Amino acid sequence: MPKIFINDKVVEVDDGITVLQACEISGIEIPRFCYHERLSIAGNCRMCLVEMENSTKPVASCAMPVAEGMKIKTDSEMVVKARKGVMEFLLINHPLDCPICDQGGECDLQDQAMAYGKGLSRFVENKRAVKDKHLGPLIKTHMTRCIHCTRCIRFSEEVSGNNQLGTIGRGEDTEITSYLEKTIDSELSGNVIDLCPVGALTSKPYAFVARPWELKKTNSIDVFDAVGSNIRLDSKGDKILRVLPRINENINEEWISDKTRFAYDGLNHQRIDRYYTRNNDGKISECSEDTAVNILKSKFTDPKKNKIFSLCGNLIDCESIFSLKLFLEKIGLKNYDCRQDNSFFIPNKRSSYIFNSSISGIDESDLCVIIGSDIRKEAPIIGARLRKKSLDKTGDYNVVRIGYQYDLSIDALELGKSFSSLTNLQNSKYTKLLKKSKKPIFIIGQGPLCSSEGENIFNFVLNLHNRIVKDPNWNGLNILQNYSGRVGALDLEFYNKKNIQKNNIEDIYKGKYETLYLFGADELEFDKIPKKTFIIYHGHHGDKAASRADLIIPMPCFTEKEGIYVNLEGRAQISRQVKMPIANVEHSSIFFSKLASSLGFQNDYSDLGSLREIMFSRYPILSKINQFKSEKSLKPSAFSKKFSKNVIISNIPNFYMTDSVSRNSPTMSSCSLQINENQNKL
Amino acid sequence: MSENSFKVIAEDSLQPKSFSFSSDNLVKAKNIIKMYPSNYKESSIMPLLSIAQNQNNGWVPKKAIEYISDLINVPEIKVLELATFYSMYNLSPVGKFHIEVCTTSPCMLRGSDSMLNLCKKKLGIGIGQVTNDKLFSLGKVECLGACVNAPVVKINENYFEDINSQSLDQLINNFKDNKKIKIGPQSERKGSEPRK
Repeated sequence: MPKIFINDKVVEVDDGITVLQACEISGIEIPRFCYHERLSIAGNCRMCLVEMENSTKPVASCAMPVAEGMKIKTDSEMVVKARKGVMEFLLINHPLDCPICDQGGECDLQDQAMAYGKGLSRFVENKRAVKDKHLGPLIKTHMTRCIHCTRCIRFSEEVSGNNQLGTIGRGEDTEITSYLEKTIDSELSGNVIDLCPVGALTSKPYAFVARPWELKKTNSIDVFDAVGSNIRLDSKGDKILRVLPRINENINEEWISDKTRFAYDGLNHQRIDRYYTRNNDGKISECSEDTAVNILKSKFTDPKKNKIFSLCGNLIDCESIFSLKLFLEKIGLKNYDCRQDNSFFIPNKRSSYIFNSSISGIDESDLCVIIGSDIRKEAPIIGARLRKKSLDKTGDYNVVRIGYQYDLSIDALELGKSFSSLTNLQNSKYTKLLKKSKKPIFIIGQGPLCSSEGENIFNFVLNLHNRIVKDPNWNGLNILQNYSGRVGALDLEFYNKKNIQKNNIEDIYKGKYETLYLFGADELEFDKIPKKTFIIYHGHHGDKAASRADLIIPMPCFTEKEGIYVNLEGRAQISRQVKMPIANVEHSSIFFSKLASSLGFQNDYSDLGSLREIMFSRYPILSKINQFKSEKSLKPSAFSKKFSKNVIISNIPNFYMTDSVSRNSPTMSSCSLQINENQNKL
Repeated sequence: MSENSFKVIAEDSLQPKSFSFSSDNLVKAKNIIKMYPSNYKESSIMPLLSIAQNQNNGWVPKKAIEYISDLINVPEIKVLELATFYSMYNLSPVGKFHIEVCTTSPCMLRGSDSMLNLCKKKLGIGIGQVTNDKLFSLGKVECLGACVNAPVVKINENYFEDINSQSLDQLINNFKDNKKIKIGPQSERKGSEPRK
């Protein structure tokens, strides 16, 4: 632990950190543009210059490692002068267009020019002008503003791994661009907007929309994938205007995926704000709440006779699911499920459906086996975490993959595309690799688990895992869930324990049920459902289900209510309310309590608080907000080693359109168009 | 891009439809790739670019950049970065004899401006242009690193040093007429020894 002197104060810091970090630890702010905690050190902006004893020139603190007895000054005349000089140079070619710049008000250059700059420029020549670049539907460029900190380039190389950005030219002609201005093909590309310290890269959908100080900021949770990234929703009036990441080292670090960041505009389109029913002529028309409730009453008074099946969707919060469950329990309906894809899990065994190692557990692991998952599309944040781990220079980390070879941006050992390739894991060549590992993680995607071989695969991998892992505290069997509401629903036991392995969805398609109650469930193949099936859709978006439904009941979406979501690690987190529900739509729990009392049942709860109390008493795991609880690994049941020759594929074909909200988002559809166009060109 | 228009990627109409190394060059390229460890394969981009440039009449087409990126499995932008950074690579068609006049301070003090004007006048082209017969093209470069023999011009891969208006005029004529040319100092000097 070297002792260094910062402004004559002794500070004892860890070995191997930089002077900038040491100053940060001792509470001294060092201005910087190119330095970023999560990226490699570039040292090219020169803004972090400090004075070091025995050095005639100021040194770049971001690139200078600490050494015993080092004497650093951050407030001397030399430093002040150096900062002023650097700032003046940076501003030489930077346009003075802050009033029309989207970064204005939250711009590092603006703030630091105020704090450390000279206030005026001696540069009388013309400023350079740079042509704007086309980087796709998400990132707006204004390259004249670029100060060449290269954060975006380092991000694309080191974090997202798409490697599509670079600098061309040199000296005054330096420009940042992608190769021939190709669209950036990455699920994390939006993060360069946050990284850019100036207004060169800004958000296209948010362009000229608002100023940062006018926005109401709500800390919330992302629901577009199962990772549960921590986000901040910025809203003005009743519109959400943008989504930014919040730092959570255990989950998303500092990144969020493009879907998380840009799909919010789907919330303003195709919303269901009133009741609709299908008339005798087959057309949907608006109806009153009473009519809708009467139809429901007629169906629910005798659920057995009416052969009702209830399915809950993928984006539903725990409270809503639980209120539905309470209602269904009251009327005595047992046919319900939360899986529209029949994915395999073991009832009441949490370890069979969560990401057991936890996301930060990836950093601890020493081997990764991916089975049938397109991680970049299913959970970009986990993909980035895995990539970070695999690039870690301290050890050789192996990633082994079985299944279709999706672009992973990690060098992986490919063991084969088909289910039968799983047996390759037992080849002598790979057993060596597996045996060497003490903390392996096995990531199983939903693709294989939703297939008919799901159970077999699960037990095969579990068996393999248990044979390798000797440490009883390590559980590396990671199920990669795709949907934010799924783990919560499974925790709430929203399934019929008696016929868990039965293919309920097939039964629906075969017409076994006369009435379907779809609680935000949109992912069925609706052409396959017989015409005579009466479909009730309770949801917030007029999507696939609503166009086929016979009765439509509105529901507030996740930004219009507070709700608990359990992420794929099994970590419960609270998503906060940003605005009032559209058209004052009732919270589904209120709707169910009203419906129950109209059917003559007593109410157990009066509001969200009392509902939560009941929920926590029955499912205490949900009350552990923000905590990760590790589970013991299971004992595998019998399995066969006979696998089919089918190729294992992911069940997320299009990253940008996975649910009713993102399917209705204009930004997401333009993304999916552009990216598909690019892929067709190749 | 400022003055050197040969550093601007040529229009699509000038770009060849495809590019691949000739069999000789492919052997050369493979030997170069072999020289570098597999995790530093980017290091071979520069020699590969010059092979491509020599094969393609002195300039690097888009297809060559893509071909090289494919050959060593490096993102296209990494190849483009180098091709645009170094003044040795041209990204649009040049003449058979590509004249580059050094205009950095020592050469400028020794009269490079008049050398540049001579070229312009004699060839009838400006900087970044090619003569109609496609024989000559003219470029302005920063320090060629031969200041002791200033002023210097570089024609294709050779340096012509200690030039003056007479010798440069003669030099261009010799190139045009396919006559014998003297590489290096055009004065009585053999190298960079002190003048007598």
